[in-house]
Amino acid sequence: MSYLHIGKNFTPPDIYGKVTGRAKYAEDYAVDGMVHARLLTSPMPHARVKNIDASEAMAMEGVVGILTAEDVYPTEAPAPALLTNEPVFVGDPILAVAAVDEKTAENALAKIRLDLEPLPFTVDPVDSLRPNGPSARPEGNVFSEREMKAVSWSADDVERFVTGREPTAPAAMEWSYGDLEAGFDNAEVILEESFVTTGYAHMSMEPRSVLSYWQNGKCHVHGSTQSQSFIVPFLARMLNIEQADLVFVAEYCGGGFGSKIGAYPVLAIPGYFSRKIGRPVMLRITREEEYYVGSARVGFQGWIKAGFTREGRVSAVDLYIVQDLGPNSTGGDASSAGGAVSILYQPDAMRLRDVPVLTNTTPRGAQRGPGQNQIAAVFEPLLDKAAGELGIDPVEIRRLNAPDSNTTINADQGPITSAYMEQALVKGAELFNWSERIRRSGQRNGSKVTGIGVGQGYHSAGAHGFDGLVRLTPDGRIHLHSGVGNLGTYSYAATTRAAAEVLKCNWESCIIHRGSSDAHLPWSSYQAGSNTTFTHTRANYVAASDLLQKMKRIAAGELGGEPEQYDVADERVFDTANAARSLTYAEVAAKAIELGGEFSGETYPEDIHEVTQRAVQAMAGSGLIGVAKDTLPVRGTVPGLTVGFAEIELDLETGKHEIVDFLAVADCGTVVHPLGLAGQLRGGAVWGFGMASLERHVYDPQNGLPANVGYYQTKPPSYLDVPSSMEWAALDIADPDNPVGARGVGEPAMGSATAAVMCALSNALGGHLFNRTPVTPDVVLNHLSGQGQSAAPLAINTF
Amino acid sequence: MAAHDVMPDIELFQPVTVEDASAIARRLEGRGWVLAGGQDTYGWLKDRAKTATAMIDLGTIEALSGIEETADGVRIGAMTTLRTVSRDPLIRERYALLAEAAGKVASPQIRNQGTLGGNVAQDTRCWYYRRGLSCYRAGGNICYADSPEGMNREHAILGASRCVAVSPSDTGTALVALDAVMVIQNGGSVRRVPAAKFFVGPAVNITHMTVLREGDILTAIELPAAWAGAEHYFEKVADRDVWDFALVSIAAAFRTSGNAIEDARLVCGAVSCVPHRLNAVERAVIGRPRSEETAESVAGLASQGAKPLNFNHFKAPLMENLVKRALRS
Repeated sequence: MSYLHIGKNFTPPDIYGKVTGRAKYAEDYAVDGMVHARLLTSPMPHARVKNIDASEAMAMEGVVGILTAEDVYPTEAPAPALLTNEPVFVGDPILAVAAVDEKTAENALAKIRLDLEPLPFTVDPVDSLRPNGPSARPEGNVFSEREMKAVSWSADDVERFVTGREPTAPAAMEWSYGDLEAGFDNAEVILEESFVTTGYAHMSMEPRSVLSYWQNGKCHVHGSTQSQSFIVPFLARMLNIEQADLVFVAEYCGGGFGSKIGAYPVLAIPGYFSRKIGRPVMLRITREEEYYVGSARVGFQGWIKAGFTREGRVSAVDLYIVQDLGPNSTGGDASSAGGAVSILYQPDAMRLRDVPVLTNTTPRGAQRGPGQNQIAAVFEPLLDKAAGELGIDPVEIRRLNAPDSNTTINADQGPITSAYMEQALVKGAELFNWSERIRRSGQRNGSKVTGIGVGQGYHSAGAHGFDGLVRLTPDGRIHLHSGVGNLGTYSYAATTRAAAEVLKCNWESCIIHRGSSDAHLPWSSYQAGSNTTFTHTRANYVAASDLLQKMKRIAAGELGGEPEQYDVADERVFDTANAARSLTYAEVAAKAIELGGEFSGETYPEDIHEVTQRAVQAMAGSGLIGVAKDTLPVRGTVPGLTVGFAEIELDLETGKHEIVDFLAVADCGTVVHPLGLAGQLRGGAVWGFGMASLERHVYDPQNGLPANVGYYQTKPPSYLDVPSSMEWAALDIADPDNPVGARGVGEPAMGSATAAVMCALSNALGGHLFNRTPVTPDVVLNHLSGQGQSAAPLAINTF
Repeated sequence: MAAHDVMPDIELFQPVTVEDASAIARRLEGRGWVLAGGQDTYGWLKDRAKTATAMIDLGTIEALSGIEETADGVRIGAMTTLRTVSRDPLIRERYALLAEAAGKVASPQIRNQGTLGGNVAQDTRCWYYRRGLSCYRAGGNICYADSPEGMNREHAILGASRCVAVSPSDTGTALVALDAVMVIQNGGSVRRVPAAKFFVGPAVNITHMTVLREGDILTAIELPAAWAGAEHYFEKVADRDVWDFALVSIAAAFRTSGNAIEDARLVCGAVSCVPHRLNAVERAVIGRPRSEETAESVAGLASQGAKPLNFNHFKAPLMENLVKRALRS
């Protein structure tokens, strides 16, 4: 299909601000009378605050106030607290102090005397599950089915699990489909492995600083979030105010990666503080604090058994995952991992068992491909091992199991919208010259050995049911109201192009409104789960379609005939029978104001969200309003699928590897914004490389202290750790359930890169499986020197 | 606990002579902090894990910067930036080992600001110590890293004594290998200390990593002509290829005659509190060629006496492998 805007590059309007430095992040705002708050956080992994003596601090010149747990919205375990008297990790905020400047606030913190009673703590889920093991919270150590539970394993159960034998301990959650026993009976090769994946920090480049003040009864919040409209109801509830009384500004977000999807606790602290002391409050979050309150990925300790038929089909998968939830995550990662296995490999039968355990470590949250990407690092090398034993090429075994549009997913084996993974594998193999390269596998060059790997990634990549809002004004301008947050993917702008497409208008005639709840924005999805492209091209499409229908009705009313005989072109509505009979868009907008009612937003559909209703109410009478809730059909899960191909050189003497070449291929429907897609595929790959071999999450188990509270300690990939250029391609095959054919892609782009590097490492070492992330140089050297790994089997938060 | 991020109020002195800098430091009696490029300093002070009431900025002393040829080699001012050291034609020609080491420090931004003097005088990166815990090195009576469950992948396998922290300096290994001399001025008096004696281990002094004391200003580093133009090998193995500290590094210098090694220096970084000279390897290679055979036969000597902790067993084979690479090239 030929499009005017879809599939074409454009310049998202926020880029100018980013390039020139004029972009204003939350921390860049200042208002008259503003004071600066700083947090006092827990030095202990679990404690009870018995007393706070702030008298000396409060007596200091320039200190304006103190905010404690009693002053803020209370949360229920294991939800994270805004401020707490029972901190559950090192860095858990206990109180905040405000002063006329930051230095005074920091000096005041030193004068506060906390009386803390240490409580039992744990930094490793398995330790918590041992007989009489410590619990991260008094309410229990496991959170499942929305309840806190106290779960304890027998010593034998623990021993079996940590030594890699089939777990016997009962799971907290379980799902399955098919006949598992028959699946393994049909298998020619059965592989059984235990694994551990690190739960490292999100490391958003912009720490989550927040400014709040109250004006005319409204609370203004400048924050750093991935989403925009989605924040409003939740933050209003957290602040205990009406939605209409919240002004939420988040024009730019310096990275979130899952840690800034919704209204996180810190976002509400300055609002409370400002109300208490009657001054605007800026709460700046330091880099170190971002490691505490900025959350981390869920870590896995697990066991997997997979059966493969003689032909290479995956016949059965039995998966058991103990999740490290930190003190508060709700733990969807394991189930998502199971879902990824169910779609990517199509096992005839599958079982997932899961024990989500709380620890006194960094709070966890969704991180790019939560669950899917951890399991990609584990399952894909296993697939290669099976391929090796069956004498099948790694790409070929993936083709044999690849999902297509008839594929089913998850425990309920529900349908998907479309998938073309086999084509992606074929295209990638061709572009990467796989058949040639795989021959270089194991080739020595001095101390270096070549490894070749292919990996796949999946994430559900589309939601539906959100609102679109488009407005035409008498100056002829088309206003695209985007409730989508500016999380760095440019999807806030790219998805509005679906509206411009419907209206067949020039992009130059369009104005995007975004970044503040005052900008009259519609209800939008969370900017997470790779969903925005699918979800909001739909929402923009339905809103623009509504506008288009109204334009035709206005034209028919003015010029005669039926609305159906009208069409649009060159920003005019014209009679297809007589093109001379036409109205300009500007004339239509003026007419809409005259007509009122639904045309100018005096009335609106009942099914739109109250956030959208308020936006329409505010703009009523200003032009022709197109507004609608997306009720387009969707037949199932929307899969985002990618394949990564990597060639590495592993130095057997240093344990380090260089990624010589990397290619990403996306099966994400129609390409909406090529540059944006390239950014997602390459950026996802960099993340994937970090997960595979670099990023660390270390806790001292005796003291519950995190070792990684700075970039140089956590080690995200640097520019010299990734290839200087990386190729990408996309199938560009339309998804039938999206009006412009698009699906999302951001998260699998990482998982497939992680998997490709893990597979290449294994390939370079003759098929050795590390069964852990990250594979750092010390791990490789320990393997090669035959002296065994330093970390205890399945120990987590140790690397 | 507060995650500090704001520089505390601090008095700033900007002397223009070394004598003045030294005098101010002595007068402040430990409350002063001698500032070079600041790449170590600002972290300590902003985190408030260490405190000082005054900073003595050496950046205003012109005499401390620059590289000059002397009668017996080359003299590098202590405040010369790492970038300059890594790119200077004279250093690259005669002491490429140091140029390479300086070029591997941290990142371009840090090399632009960080100095050679600062790189050798910097404090350890033991994460427990950096958190501000009261360990031996901080004047307490415990080593958190060397405890039954200590997380010590980056720590020492050699030369530990209560404290198991390692020297983070990339240039320190090269300077020890090149028999560099550290020129230290205190007031009007100047002393010259061999690089190998400049760094001190915890058995000697558990709270200081170098011989520098109050009033001491490291003014210059002298590279003797004896090692000019020698064959050399430098390699730093770190998790990342930029902005990282070494897991293990090696600096080696060889003087050869015909095919045989006449004299050798092999020094490993990040395995001990000081740049660790591989004396046994140095002795064993004398009279032998730089070759695969020599490499294989002596590499095992490199990690002699190593006592790995919980998480750093890998450092022993890595030392051996780096010795092989140095001898092979």
